[in-house]
Amino acid sequence: MTLVSTWFIIIAALWTGFFVLEGFDLGVGMLHDVVGHDETGRRMAINTIGPLWDGNEVWLVVAAAGMFSAFPGWYATMFSAFYMVFILLLVALIVRGVSFEFRGKVDTDRWRRTWDILLTVGSLLVPLLVGIGLGGLLQGVPIGKNQEFTGSLVDLLTPYGVFVGVTLVLLCILHGASFLALKTTGDLRTRATRLGGRIAPLTGLAVLAFAIWTHVASGRGVLPNLFEIIAVLAVIGAAWAIRDGHEGWSFLATTFAMATTVLSIFVELYPNVMVSSTSPAFNLTVHNTASGSYSLKVMTVIALVLLPIVVLYQGWTYHVFRQRLRTEDFQPAPTGPPGPDTKSDAAAPDSNGAQQAPPAATRPPT
Amino acid sequence: MSQLDLARVQFAMTSIYHFLFVPVTIGLGFLTALLQTAWHRSGRPEYLRLTRFFGVLLLINVAVAVVTGLVQEFQFGMDWSVYSRTVGGVFGAPLAMEGLAAFFLESTFLGLWVFGWNKLGRRVHLATIWAVAFGAMLSAAFILAANSWMQHPVGYKINPATGRAQLTDIWAVLTNPVFLWGYVHVLLASLVTASVVMLSISAWQLRRGGARAVFRPAARLSLMVLAPSIILAMFVGSELGVVEGKYQPMKIAAAEAQWTTCQPCSFSLFQIGGGNDDKTPTQIIAIPHLLSLLATNHWNGKVQGLTPLQNQYQQKYGPGNYVPNVFVQYWSMRIMAYAAGLILILAGWGVWLLYRKKLDRGKWFLRAAIWSAALPFIMNTAGWLLTESGRQPWIVQGVQLTRNGVSPSISTATVATSLIVFLLLYGALAVVDIVLMMRYARREIGPEPAAGDEPEVRLPAMTY
Repeated sequence: MTLVSTWFIIIAALWTGFFVLEGFDLGVGMLHDVVGHDETGRRMAINTIGPLWDGNEVWLVVAAAGMFSAFPGWYATMFSAFYMVFILLLVALIVRGVSFEFRGKVDTDRWRRTWDILLTVGSLLVPLLVGIGLGGLLQGVPIGKNQEFTGSLVDLLTPYGVFVGVTLVLLCILHGASFLALKTTGDLRTRATRLGGRIAPLTGLAVLAFAIWTHVASGRGVLPNLFEIIAVLAVIGAAWAIRDGHEGWSFLATTFAMATTVLSIFVELYPNVMVSSTSPAFNLTVHNTASGSYSLKVMTVIALVLLPIVVLYQGWTYHVFRQRLRTEDFQPAPTGPPGPDTKSDAAAPDSNGAQQAPPAATRPPT
Repeated sequence: MSQLDLARVQFAMTSIYHFLFVPVTIGLGFLTALLQTAWHRSGRPEYLRLTRFFGVLLLINVAVAVVTGLVQEFQFGMDWSVYSRTVGGVFGAPLAMEGLAAFFLESTFLGLWVFGWNKLGRRVHLATIWAVAFGAMLSAAFILAANSWMQHPVGYKINPATGRAQLTDIWAVLTNPVFLWGYVHVLLASLVTASVVMLSISAWQLRRGGARAVFRPAARLSLMVLAPSIILAMFVGSELGVVEGKYQPMKIAAAEAQWTTCQPCSFSLFQIGGGNDDKTPTQIIAIPHLLSLLATNHWNGKVQGLTPLQNQYQQKYGPGNYVPNVFVQYWSMRIMAYAAGLILILAGWGVWLLYRKKLDRGKWFLRAAIWSAALPFIMNTAGWLLTESGRQPWIVQGVQLTRNGVSPSISTATVATSLIVFLLLYGALAVVDIVLMMRYARREIGPEPAAGDEPEVRLPAMTY
């Protein structure tokens, strides 16, 4: 296997890693208000991903930086072509990212409701917009002779690209619902399970259509490839598991569904990295966009050493926070000072919700 | 304004904004780790309360620093596609390493630190905040390595077939003299920034008279970090000037508005004229020999003037204007130096009061310390303006002109739209961030843990 192919696989793996990991926290972001019902529920939902989302988002950073270093031509064309899509994506990522930190810092309902809405909309836009970008790679956008984008905003919103975005949104919702069901107790768990069960058939249909359309879009006939078939089967598996309350299995199934869906775009794309709708001669490929071999060698060594270490310590994080969150931990604290210390901040008039309630994620398991 | 101008404004604006938060996260991460270590070793509750207090401020800053960093990363491809395509094979490598080696570490362990207070053993938990601090510092290293390559490109060759830069020696990129001095300078500036912020907040709390037992050690710690950091930052900054003077003589000449070659050269604290067209600035206050010393490390060193340099560059690179914006260079150099000088005075004053054990009663000192919080931000912004504006008209010194790096497919209207979007969004974020920082910096500190109460069980305001 050549170095450029290795790097194509690494890039595909990084995007897949992003959607598998950030996918569920995007889903939780979209669902926290829907299944949360009240402030306690919403906080609990957000805290299931509290320790994880920041580390998950780095997969996107590394995917983009990996493209920059290994396939500078791909990075340059894709990011300048999808300019307005990525501007919106950045806005969504910014708003969503700060909403976690800002939401609990002022103790008024209006403040928290504002950030709830921004978190929901931001979380929905991220997979939709990235999907439009990834789908556009395969469907093709106008690219001229010097590898530069020649089209306009209209050319970016290909039906296939938008459909990939919608499919990824649905998968994120299902993935998030099974994560919430896996990580919570009580009403929240019940509601997440019910919602997951309802959204699963729709997601299944979308993934089936995605499987066929993806194969058609790459010009290789109607019959889906192995990855696409696994994606459809995995959604069916997830639908069955979540209805029967096998939350671990359903989360595993949605993980597979997400991974194979994202991977199938790259499988169909190779050896192209970006199709030109102007002329096949102007297609960007792994070869005409790659860095020099020395650079790829250095980066391969670094990636192969560091990525397993990253997976190890991220895996450890998931292990540390493996317990389900309990509703009791998120209920507002009883009125009055929490301890003998009456001058405490928790009793100060300008304190916020997060201070008044015991921080559940830090409670010892019982 | 043209598309090129707008793209440059956008990059400058988003970089400056991003770098308001970055030094705070680097420096405050380190200071918070120090505080938690102090608690771990001494068991004194005030250190735990301080760890939690400054931890919240750290988190608010990290949130904005992280999301605005994404904009920086995407912008290379979006606004500067020709640049990215031409040099991505070299410039992208340290960026990818940053993500893999540093950013993953910082983000993952930040989650562990915030949510892991009683899930992890005390030692392991202490290690997580050090991992965060270390990750932030490592992150800056790779970003600075990438930036330094634009200032002084090394370890590459241009592929004649494609016209693109190829990496030939990663070690050269990572030991670039501009990078080594620049990185240490940025690290020290980050420590200065965070310690001034910590000193300012402690001074506010001490002046209000609340929790003296807690904020006296905080003020002491911040001064102990600040005093050596500001002195070293100035020293390293002057060494960086020597290195840059060697590889980017235009930058140094423009920073002094020095149109003719001089030997020895004096450094003007203030002068009239000397802008882009006026070739004979009048020095009002000048320190003899100082520019020679700053730019060359020699008392009588020769500093080339802008006019002879321009002639040399035209012979080497063809016709064109290779002089950076002298006005921006001259004043950003001075503003950086003035702000650093004021911080040095503040640090000296504080250390003297500390020595006389009068720190928390020095009314005028505390008042000055509160207001000085703005100084490091002015200093850092001016420092980056000096570095980046001094690189112009090159995007990569001697390799690619800025105007040749911009994306050809993007219209002026598109860049203008995105610029307006970011202006509005960043403006709103700034307001929210400053209001939250002020609220949290001025609130009463968390409770002193009661006897028998495991203090880390109740951690106000850290989790969501």
